[in-house]
Amino acid sequence: MEKKEPYISVVDLTMAYGDFVVMRDLNFTINCGDIFIIMGGSGCGKSTLLRHMIGLKSPAKGDILYGDFNFWKAAPAEREQRMRSVGILYQSGALWSSMTLAENVSLPLQQYTKLSKKKVREQVSLKLALVGLSGFEDFYPSEISGGMCKRAGLARAMAMDPEVLFFDEPSAGLDPVSAKRLDDLILQVRDSFDTTVVVVTHELASIFAIGNNSVFLDPESRTMIASGDPNKLLAENHDPRIQTFLRRGEAEGDAGDE
Amino acid sequence: MSDAAVYFSLTSDEILSVHLKGTWQMETDVPSAQSVMEQLKQHPSIKRIVFDATALGAWDSNILIYFLEVSKAAAKLDVAVQKDGLPAGVRQLIDLATAVPKKEDAKQSVSREGFFARVGSEVTDFAKSTGDLVTFIGAAFEAFVRMVTGRARFRASDMGLFLQEAGAQAVPIVSLISFLIGLILAFVGVLQLSMFGAEVYVADLVGIAMVREMGAIMTGIIMAGRTGAAYAAQLGTMQVNEEIDALETLAIPPMEFLVLPRMVALAVMMPFLVLYANLMGILGGALVAVGMYNINILVYLNRTKDAIGLNDLFIGLFMSLVFGILVALSGCLRGMQCGRSASAVGDAATSAVVTGIVAIIIATALITVVCSVLGI
Repeated sequence: MEKKEPYISVVDLTMAYGDFVVMRDLNFTINCGDIFIIMGGSGCGKSTLLRHMIGLKSPAKGDILYGDFNFWKAAPAEREQRMRSVGILYQSGALWSSMTLAENVSLPLQQYTKLSKKKVREQVSLKLALVGLSGFEDFYPSEISGGMCKRAGLARAMAMDPEVLFFDEPSAGLDPVSAKRLDDLILQVRDSFDTTVVVVTHELASIFAIGNNSVFLDPESRTMIASGDPNKLLAENHDPRIQTFLRRGEAEGDAGDE
Repeated sequence: MSDAAVYFSLTSDEILSVHLKGTWQMETDVPSAQSVMEQLKQHPSIKRIVFDATALGAWDSNILIYFLEVSKAAAKLDVAVQKDGLPAGVRQLIDLATAVPKKEDAKQSVSREGFFARVGSEVTDFAKSTGDLVTFIGAAFEAFVRMVTGRARFRASDMGLFLQEAGAQAVPIVSLISFLIGLILAFVGVLQLSMFGAEVYVADLVGIAMVREMGAIMTGIIMAGRTGAAYAAQLGTMQVNEEIDALETLAIPPMEFLVLPRMVALAVMMPFLVLYANLMGILGGALVAVGMYNINILVYLNRTKDAIGLNDLFIGLFMSLVFGILVALSGCLRGMQCGRSASAVGDAATSAVVTGIVAIIIATALITVVCSVLGI
């Protein structure tokens, strides 16, 4: 697991909506096989950072590199090609509501490959089985629960066997058991497919359970104030802002310790 | 039944004791903090206010408001306020309420812009939205060209569904409205015509009005309210659910996948609906003529046939095609522009209907003027 090849590098990234700067001077590297956590308080720009990395919003300044590939400096066609190897689970699942689960999962396959209908069907059944939704092929997103929607979204994200999976708040709106199951699923996917995983979350349990690298965004100073293994951050970084966040509001050395 | 009361005593020259008594609750009348102010004015020597709550009955957040008002007034006069005498619960809540200082810049700045600034920003907004509209029309046309050349990506099953929604499912309402429009035209017309004994010409009136203008306009307005609003709401909801983002990251252009089948479906179905609406309108007129003025049905139909020229029919059908495109454009445009909240979806639907109807009326005016100039 310790092959430290950089997969995504964010270099001097500044994000802005018009004149309003959300975050500036972001610099971090996501290595192959990492489960990389983007954390920070609500509304600090975590999801915006994600949108920059998946091509939905262009940076005000700076670069995002996938290996040697400069994502935002490339031609749109190359960028689309790059997105083939990217899977995304959106915060709300974002399943296309007018399509069944099977059609949802098969659309990326139809878009990027020339597989026969039978092959597509096999792939779809497999991906749905992987997330525990075998047999739900013909259900519409509105007919299944929120947790199942999330898992179906994961099946769609994994449709193309991507090199990297992005998760936007995977545990939002899930009960603790479902959230834990989703975390386990993320770990299993990483271990079996060797996928690099990027997770936007502020769920502490998930952060410590699955993350092995992270970046911490601070809304006050509008930039990142730490990066590294979240468990190490908890033990070694004594910045009060980070300690307060990682200890759920308790200051370092409070009764919150184990 | 309010027994809330407050009275004051001076413990020394510098200390004012505020004695609270009775029930201090939200719906009971309680004394205002004004009386404390008056005390402070009467005795400028006071440096400290203390509270005595031994006679205080039930209380709720109302007493906090009283305390906060007193301390605000006291702060202005540099008088200290001690909350020791208050019940422990009240003290805790006061700490909570005063823990985070009021953030002065948190409020949205409701800066009053000057008249010219507002006019200016309206104008630039309008210019921008016109630009958006033109871009959208361009993108839609591009998608259409891709469809014609067989390169557009959309699902045939979606297209079928939209054809059904915009076509067959609109038939009942279109029947009702156009039948009634024909009936109304005949009623109004026949009254005037009967003054000249020319009742039979009501067939000309209803026929030409329906085929040339009214059929297309009424169907266009129905479809703006029905299908245009539905398109805006569907696309808006997809925007809220990040479904459109999900398409974009798959490199599937929403313009082809979502907008194109909707626009094509409505543009294809509108002329059929209008043809059908024309027929229903003529039938409505016939009902009045036959039922109330005893005009022979065959005479009525013959007069209708003679009155309507092929150019009338084509103008009507041409308008219907234009209206179909306009309604679909405004519905899809507003849906794609939708913000990310529930109320934004409602705004998008409203705005789609308004834009659609305004566009229909303007287009009718233009087409009618052009036709009369050209003499067709």
